Amino acid sequence: MLIRRPKSWELKENQTTPHGLYLNRRQLVAGLGLASGSIASGAMAKSELAIAGRKLEYSSSKYQVDAPQTPYPMVTSYNNFYEFGTDKSDPAKHAHALITDPWTVTVEGHANKTGTFALEDIIRPNEQEERIYRLRCVEAWSMVIPWVGVPLRKILARFEPTSKAKYVQFVTKFERSQMRGTRWPVLDWPYVEGLRMDEAMNDLSLMATGLYGHELPNQNGAPLRLIVPWKYGFKSIKSIVKIRFVEKQPKTSWKKSAPREYGFYSNVNPNVDHPRWSQSSERVIGGGGFSSLFSRRETEDFNGYGTEVASLYTDMDLKRNY
Amino acid sequence: MSSDRWIKPAFFAGFSIPFVYLLWQWGLLFTGQPGSLGANPIEATNRFLGDTALRVLLITLAVTPLRDLTGWIKLTRLRRMIGLFAFFYVSLHLTSYFGMDLLFSVKALLKDITKRTYITLGMTAFVLLIPLALTSTNGMIRRLGPKRWNQLHKLIYLIAALGVLHHFFMVKGNQPEPWVHLGILVILLGWRLAKWSKPRFARRAA
Repeated sequence: MLIRRPKSWELKENQTTPHGLYLNRRQLVAGLGLASGSIASGAMAKSELAIAGRKLEYSSSKYQVDAPQTPYPMVTSYNNFYEFGTDKSDPAKHAHALITDPWTVTVEGHANKTGTFALEDIIRPNEQEERIYRLRCVEAWSMVIPWVGVPLRKILARFEPTSKAKYVQFVTKFERSQMRGTRWPVLDWPYVEGLRMDEAMNDLSLMATGLYGHELPNQNGAPLRLIVPWKYGFKSIKSIVKIRFVEKQPKTSWKKSAPREYGFYSNVNPNVDHPRWSQSSERVIGGGGFSSLFSRRETEDFNGYGTEVASLYTDMDLKRNY
Repeated sequence: MSSDRWIKPAFFAGFSIPFVYLLWQWGLLFTGQPGSLGANPIEATNRFLGDTALRVLLITLAVTPLRDLTGWIKLTRLRRMIGLFAFFYVSLHLTSYFGMDLLFSVKALLKDITKRTYITLGMTAFVLLIPLALTSTNGMIRRLGPKRWNQLHKLIYLIAALGVLHHFFMVKGNQPEPWVHLGILVILLGWRLAKWSKPRFARRAA
């Protein structure tokens, strides 16, 4: 007899809320004046609660989070995207200058199919699915976000990486005239991130093109960004223009900036503190209601995705390989 | 003089603006109206109070150079008030961090102080500010005597430097704001160094 055991992150059928109902709920809350109080700025009027961008085609997926989703206005107004400024509100103010259409991605390194590809040739709309993931920032806050995207493994497989490809490196667009934050060397631009090949091929790794069913706003990394939900948010590189299959571990931006604070792996780990703050708990952004501002959530190993990814690190000391 | 009557209240009102603004924003938040504190009001409050505290501290240090440059002697009489405002905002900054961020957990506070350089620096600056605030009254100046009082209050230079360092160690990556604060501090302290060394040169030359 086949007994199907639901995984930790799976919701029971009756716990999921249809998207339409969910949107209504937000409008209801906004009408009560509860949600709008925590909305980013006075400029964000209630009419702007509407979701920006083109609606995407996607199927549903098994990936759910048993917690309320972070309201759209918060997901799109509280961002770390230093290419547009270091304040959380800067990306929403300045990322409109980024030109995302046309967009090309250059594929290099140890793969049979390399070259420069148009975005349309990398993302097949019929492969897009919605995945609700918890995003845990290294700064000890978290959100629950319904992403739309294509599993990274499907995209990478098409380039036919060779056996020499041990890691995959990603590079963010770097264009001073469009990204005002890059005028100052906060980091060594362009932003670089990377994954070990087995991490990249794990089913959880997602190349996202949208959120809340619509294409990504620029401040969230349009038109193409990575989502690696068991790692701290900075691993989920935004606005990708280059994918490189390499043999050696790529030199990633934050590790270069402060190697004692940010490691290559950067798996969410409540037992390994960042030198400048504890990682044992997190503030849930947009938890709902005034009192929720003061509550914190216990951070989980691998951000709650241990069942899927812990096996990738069985022989590793995760205190040393932070 | 007639200008004496408005000058203190005007400065008092000016330095109160950040506090009143913050209260207003929290009022908006509490009553569910749109405000400027964003998706993470606690972080926004902490940052805002920290920035204000550091800036008021630097303004305190700017009083003497400004007085010497403009010859506006009355500025000196405002220095105590500005210094106390610096202490006020530093205290609020610490309270918001300890209360809203650490939820008044003494254990978490002690762990932060011993483990995290920027907290160690910030707490040291706060502790050093306490004796300055306590000895700010006329009575205390008399009791200490102007010479010892002056020596004690030279601590403000160290406190300001600790504040700037606290900011440097707090931010991620190489951000511009701490450099701006450092630049202002260097100018304000450098100005004093130049002033103190000048008469000595003059004496030597004589």
